[in-house]
Amino acid sequence: MIKARVTVTLKNGVLDPQGKAIEGALGALGFDGIGQVRQGKVFDLQIESADKAKAEEDLKAMCEKLLANTVIENYSISFA
Amino acid sequence: MKSAVVQLPGLNRDRDMIAALTKISGKAPVTVWQTETDIPDVDLIVIPGGFSYGDYLRCGAIAARMPVMQAIKAKAEKGVKVLGVCNGFQILVEAGLLPGALMRNASLKFVCREIKLEVVNAETDFTRAYSKGQIIRSPVAHHDGNYFADAETLKTIEGNGQVVFRYAEGTNPNGSMNDIAGVMNAGGNVLGMMPHPENLIEAAHGGSDGRGLFASALEVIAA
Repeated sequence: MIKARVTVTLKNGVLDPQGKAIEGALGALGFDGIGQVRQGKVFDLQIESADKAKAEEDLKAMCEKLLANTVIENYSISFA
Repeated sequence: MKSAVVQLPGLNRDRDMIAALTKISGKAPVTVWQTETDIPDVDLIVIPGGFSYGDYLRCGAIAARMPVMQAIKAKAEKGVKVLGVCNGFQILVEAGLLPGALMRNASLKFVCREIKLEVVNAETDFTRAYSKGQIIRSPVAHHDGNYFADAETLKTIEGNGQVVFRYAEGTNPNGSMNDIAGVMNAGGNVLGMMPHPENLIEAAHGGSDGRGLFASALEVIAA
């Protein structure tokens, strides 16, 4: 079993109103000095295989086809 | 003209769309379920609004990967007209049939109100009944209608006349770049828009400004 984590983040230059709202709320809680907050998504996947290279290839395809919208988002893949 | 309305779990404006198409063309559209891979011969395919798959992952993302979308892509490539309204627009951008992306409204709030639309391009199969620069009324109801495209894409669609509708000055409800409310593909046969023209087609709605869009697409414009 392979455990993988896919992290999807907004590309630079893409406006993130949710991140902005969180940034404002953190400021309201008294956390000073926050330059910027960007919100993203994390997917934890369990893959029934021992072939890590194949899993990585599949994960890339999953990101391209569904998990990320590559018009606005970047993705990264890591293994536990 | 024959039309079809696509149905997916979570879409909830399909009945409004069926009513509008029936009233304007005099013929009820056929309905096509998400698992169908064969769409009957029609001149116009409409993906209505709603919240397909609960807006999970990203609005329209899961619907865009359903089998029916492959069939719609094939039809679109053959020149069949495709209209996506609201969630239908989100599905079309997720499916790659239209450029750009639709993001959370800049206000972070769901907007449900009437806005004004400027007809930017009146020489399309969807807007012939209007004139260039005409301002029409239209309802909007969405949480994720904030149109985004990278600088290069934006330049291309603006240059090609692919921006069909803009929110008229001061009425942009969602932060869309260049006030973009409706975009078509380079071929001119696929249009996506956030506003709901199907909800303003008769006196009982309080106006009929949306009628021209369907009259154009269904080719039932009175001369």
